[in-house]
Amino acid sequence: MLRYSLKRLASLVISLAIASLVIFLVIEVAPGDPASYMLGINAQPETVAALRAELGLDVPKAERYLNWVGGMVQGDFGTSYTYRTPVGQMIADRMWVSLPLALYALTLSTLIAFPAGIYAAARRGKPGDMAVMGATQLGVAVPNFWFAMMLVLVFAINLRWFSAGGFPGWDKGFWLSMKSLTLPAIALALPQSAILARVMRSSLLDILSEDFMRTARAKGLSRRQALWRHGLRNALIPVLTIIGLQFSFLLAGGIIIEQVFFLPGLGRLIFQSISARDLIVVESVVMLLVFSVILVNFLVDLAYAAVDPRLRSRT
Amino acid sequence: MSLLTVDNLSLSIGDFSILRDVSFSIEPGEIVAVTGESGSGKSMTAFSVMQLLPERAKSTGQIRLEGKDLLSLSEPQLCAIRGNDIGMVFQEPMTALNPVKTIGAQVMETILIHTDMTPAQAEEQARDMLTRVGLPPDRFPLSRYPHELSGGQRQRVVIAMAIALRPKLLIADEPTTALDVTTQAQILDLLKELVAEFGMGLMMITHDLAVVSDMADRIIVMRHGEIVEQGETRALFADMKHPYTRALFEASGHQVDLPDAPDGPDPILQVTNAIRDYPLPRTRLFAPREHHRAVNDITFTIHHGERVGLVGESGCGKSTLTRAILGLEPLQSGSITAFGHTVGPAMNPALRSGLQVVFQDPYGSFNPRHKVARIVTEPFHLLPDPPTGTARDTAIAEALTAVGLKPEDAQKYIHEFSGGQRQRIAIARALIIRPELIIFDEAVSALDVSIRAQILDLIADLSRSHNLSYLFISHDLSVVRTVTDRVLVMKSGEIVEQGDTKEVFSNPQHPYTQTLIAAAPVLPQVGKGAA
Repeated sequence: MLRYSLKRLASLVISLAIASLVIFLVIEVAPGDPASYMLGINAQPETVAALRAELGLDVPKAERYLNWVGGMVQGDFGTSYTYRTPVGQMIADRMWVSLPLALYALTLSTLIAFPAGIYAAARRGKPGDMAVMGATQLGVAVPNFWFAMMLVLVFAINLRWFSAGGFPGWDKGFWLSMKSLTLPAIALALPQSAILARVMRSSLLDILSEDFMRTARAKGLSRRQALWRHGLRNALIPVLTIIGLQFSFLLAGGIIIEQVFFLPGLGRLIFQSISARDLIVVESVVMLLVFSVILVNFLVDLAYAAVDPRLRSRT
Repeated sequence: MSLLTVDNLSLSIGDFSILRDVSFSIEPGEIVAVTGESGSGKSMTAFSVMQLLPERAKSTGQIRLEGKDLLSLSEPQLCAIRGNDIGMVFQEPMTALNPVKTIGAQVMETILIHTDMTPAQAEEQARDMLTRVGLPPDRFPLSRYPHELSGGQRQRVVIAMAIALRPKLLIADEPTTALDVTTQAQILDLLKELVAEFGMGLMMITHDLAVVSDMADRIIVMRHGEIVEQGETRALFADMKHPYTRALFEASGHQVDLPDAPDGPDPILQVTNAIRDYPLPRTRLFAPREHHRAVNDITFTIHHGERVGLVGESGCGKSTLTRAILGLEPLQSGSITAFGHTVGPAMNPALRSGLQVVFQDPYGSFNPRHKVARIVTEPFHLLPDPPTGTARDTAIAEALTAVGLKPEDAQKYIHEFSGGQRQRIAIARALIIRPELIIFDEAVSALDVSIRAQILDLIADLSRSHNLSYLFISHDLSVVRTVTDRVLVMKSGEIVEQGDTKEVFSNPQHPYTQTLIAAAPVLPQVGKGAA
């Protein structure tokens, strides 16, 4: 298990190194000079050159890459071109909204999807199964921004249970902040839970037809006991994969939901900095997202091994 | 009172009738074998007794275990019986165990479901049971996972699970079909001992009459969901009343009429000191790579018109050797030449076409979306100018006729054929290009005995009409014995013995060959009028 973890960890570090290089190169290739963009089209060439020097854009690319990576390792993400504030601080502020929101949504999605998927699998082909499958079909099909607006309409405007948007900040109180994240989390969780429930169901159905499920029944377990004791853990591997993918998506993919609910999250930050050619912010946020994806994959790999002993012994 | 009495059991799923008026009984301590070919309903009979049937299955009649009618019991009552009064052992030990639970937990589970024992007591009993089936905890700790055990060891775990509570009735569904012959012999011995020791009734489902004749006190022969004949084993073999029983018996020990091999050495395949290594995963980061030697210094020759058998148990390297002969595996040392040229990707396609293969699973080796005509003409791509138009049609028709199919079958798809017909198509595909040498890789192992007998006859006929040379690879000694002139016995990557087939079988020299032949179940020499 330790060997396995170390190997996964090594692959994590290598992936990060490759990703940082790719991100740097791609963003450097993108057209548009941040200095001339910030100064407008009428700026004097000397002024642009001066700003380029100030921003560190005039040094060779290799050196800039190393500076950037070196800084990130020490926690220094550089200074935003447009806002003139440390990028690390900007990201940290947004992270405090996006990370809890992603976790909140993922928890909700899992809490909905697991029972729904298991219920449907246990009643394959019966009305209960069809109802769940119909609902998930709808969940996948409904656009989440429309669903978000419906949530606002019903729960914020008509019922006045929640505010329609904005984020008070964690210093104003935990529950208040959680409350303001609730509608966005539901809006994000719904399509995800629909996908996850379908994966759970089909994975479980595959397992239910395995020989060892018949063995379990032959021991005297009821259908339901066999499903819980022998089916679930085996069915979990594809489900874990999807959960990992969904978390990465939720962390940055909530940009539309952040717009609908006026949340100062990562999605909006990256959108704003791309439109302002604030390359250092874009690079850093993208790098952070890549890091989170790779980290989540690493955790999923560890979870696989925890679930399936065959992976542990494979060196 | 009998332990198990089945009375007029009929079973249908939807509109399909699976079993019709099945009646038999099993006494305590008795071994009753239920035999028949695929589709005979023998497994469904077993699952009916377990009441583990597909949801839409409807049964009528009576299944009484010690007087209790199982068909009238509720599902919770049945759960209390399964695993406690009736244990079951399955065919596929590789998949019958839950891969994510330890063997100890899986054996304990049977005990914990049905008794009030504490986990510690259950563990103690699981330990005893595993020891009893030949897996002592000092060598096979309870914390082992199924993937850390071999097929035979897993089957022992499945048996331990089934007998953990000393059930009155044990049902074994093809318990040794997936195992090697030496392992099969051990598992059969174990089952026999357990029946005697615990006084269980054993209902054994098997397609293998030779296994049946060794094991069973009584035999039930089934066909198309009906019992055609049943009786005490010796009496039944001595006086087979039903023609189907006789046909089954004849097919099981089928001897083909093989023409004499042509004289005069004319080597077409030469394997010289062949070595094939597989790299193993590194144990440490910079440790030198270890290798597993799958084929170790093998040398043999096949002459024109010769029929050679290759026998060995799983993992002995026979599949690797087959692939190497086909040029699909590189050798680390030594050489394999066919028709005087080294086999491999560089071989001239026209020469390569002289070497064809027929695999075990006919369905898996065909593209299901292609018509038979396209499938059997696949080897033509090896020829510089493949026949087209009428010549192609004639070639297809000839090949199909040679294997006993009709030329019209060329326009059908593969799913329209039965398993035996598919194997005929596979042989037609190999034949169409008039090869010098055909490799039959377990080509009859997946077939029912009556179909197997037909295919073996076909191979014998073809070797007469086409002067065929072949290498016949099989784990089944009785088949190799009848269909080859010469045999190679392989173990751990080496050929331990080779020689004239009759000679090797009647007077094996190497201890391993002796073990193999002793372990293989044989049909009794009865039934031909003289009991």
